[in-house]
Amino acid sequence: MSFPVLDVQGLAYAYPDGHQALFGVNLHVHQGERVALLGPNGAGKTTLVLHLNGILTAGKGAVAVSGLPVTKDNLLEIRRRVGIVFQDPDDQLFMPTVRDDVAFGPANLGLRGAELDARVASALEAVGMADFADRPPHHLSFGQRRRVAVATVLAMEPEILVLDEPSSNLDPASRRELADILRSLDVTVLMVTHDLPYALELCERAVILSDGVIVADGPTRDILLDEETMRAHRLELPFGFNPATLPER
Amino acid sequence: MGAPHGHHLHWHGHSPIHRLPAHVKLVSLLAFVVTVVATPREAYWAFAAYLLLMLGVWVASRVPLGYLARRMVVEVPFVVFALLIPFVATGPRVDVGPLSLSEPGLLAAWGILAKATLGVMASLALATTTEPRDIVAGLEHLRLPALMVGILTFMLRYLDVVVGELERMRIARESRGFRATSVRQWPAIAATTGALFIRSYERGERVHLAMLSRGYGGRMPLLHETSTPASAWARGLALPAAALLVLVAAVVLR
Repeated sequence: MSFPVLDVQGLAYAYPDGHQALFGVNLHVHQGERVALLGPNGAGKTTLVLHLNGILTAGKGAVAVSGLPVTKDNLLEIRRRVGIVFQDPDDQLFMPTVRDDVAFGPANLGLRGAELDARVASALEAVGMADFADRPPHHLSFGQRRRVAVATVLAMEPEILVLDEPSSNLDPASRRELADILRSLDVTVLMVTHDLPYALELCERAVILSDGVIVADGPTRDILLDEETMRAHRLELPFGFNPATLPER
Repeated sequence: MGAPHGHHLHWHGHSPIHRLPAHVKLVSLLAFVVTVVATPREAYWAFAAYLLLMLGVWVASRVPLGYLARRMVVEVPFVVFALLIPFVATGPRVDVGPLSLSEPGLLAAWGILAKATLGVMASLALATTTEPRDIVAGLEHLRLPALMVGILTFMLRYLDVVVGELERMRIARESRGFRATSVRQWPAIAATTGALFIRSYERGERVHLAMLSRGYGGRMPLLHETSTPASAWARGLALPAAALLVLVAAVVLR
C-alpha cells in the first residue's frame, strides 16, 4: 500500500494567545492530484499550510508527508518534500539574484557545484525564467517574481507543491501563464485560493475549510455547484461565472 | 533614495577596474586610504602624487569625470569643518587679508581636506565600478562575519520594497488631503513611520518563515566559491603599492 503524499489526521491547533484556528482537520492528498483548498478569510487555511512543513507544530493530531511524520527530527526532509510558495513573492525572494534565490533551497539540502547548478537551471526552465537568472528579483515584474518563487521551491524537487493564493495580484495574462506552468509540472499540488474559476480550471478536486474543519470534499465542479454549502461558508462565484455551463473536463 | 533601485552610484561599464573582483578592490581601497592617512601632511608633493594616481584610476574606470566630480559633493560637510579650523584653532597666527588665521589650524585643515578628498575619490572609484551586491559578496569573501553580511544583503534587497511602501503610504496620505506644511502635521508623519516599522518587522517575520520553509537552518549556504587569480590581485594592488612607494619616499626624504 502506498502512503498518501499528504496525510493530515485530526489536526487541531490553538495559537499561543488562545485563539483556536483548527478543530480536527482530516485531509488526504494522493500522488498526482491537484487539490484546491477553499474557504473564507479566517477559516484557518494559512494555519493549516504552516503545519504541512512543520513551521507550526500540531496541538493535537498528526501530519505525515509520504509516510514521514512531521516532527522536529525530520524537519529538513519534510521541508524538502513540501514546497510552499507564499503569497507575496517579495517575502519569498530575498537573495540578490534570481539564481542565488533558486539555489538557496537545494543548497540548504547540501547540494553544491554542478549538481546545484543543474537543479537551478531546470527549475528556472520549468517556469520559463531561465533568461533571468542573473537579474535581481526586484527588477522583475510581479508575474515574473511569482514564477521565480515557484522555481525556488521546485528546485528542491518537492513531492507536493503548496501554493498560497497563486493568482492574487496577477494580471489576466500572467494568471494564465502561471496556470500553463502549473499544468505542465509533474507534481502534486495543494492550492489555497479565493479564485474559484482558477480552482476549477486547475484542480479536479476541492475541499472547503471553514471555522477550522473540512466541511466539504469532492470534485471541484460539484463543490462549486453546491449552492447551499457555498453560501453557508461565505463562498461566492464571481459575477457571470457558472460552472454548470462549462464543458466537462 | 528615490533613485531607481538604489544603484545611483554604480556606473555600468566593462573597464579593467569594473572587471576586478570586488574583494580585491575593497582590499586595495583600504590599503590606499590607510597609506594616504599615514602620510605626514607636510609632504605636499606626496599628496600631489596620490592625486595623480587616483586620477589615473578614474580615467581607467571610464566613468565620465563629470559624473564622478558631481558625486564628490558628499565631502562638503568635511570641507566646511576643515575651513572652520583655521579660525578656531590656537597657536601662532598669520594674517591673510583682513583675516587672522591659526597656522597649525591651516595645516590641520589642509591635512583633513587632502586626505578626505583622496579617500572620497577612492571610495567613488569603488562605488561607481562595483554593484552593491558584489561589494557585499566581496565582504563575505573577506570573511566579514556572516551575520553582518546577512544584514547588508537583506538591506540591499528590501530597501526598494520599503521605499516603495513608504511612497504608497505618502500617496494615500496626500490623497486624503494631507499636506506636511507645519509642525502640527508631524504626528501624522510619525504615525506613518511607526506603521512602516511594524510592516517591515512583519515582513521580516514572513521572510524568515519562507526561509525556514526552504530548509534554512541558521546559516546561509555558501553559493559562490571563487578563486582569485594572482594577476587580479597584482592589478588590484598596484594602486596601494604605488601609494606605499610614495609614502616611503616621503618619509625617507623628510
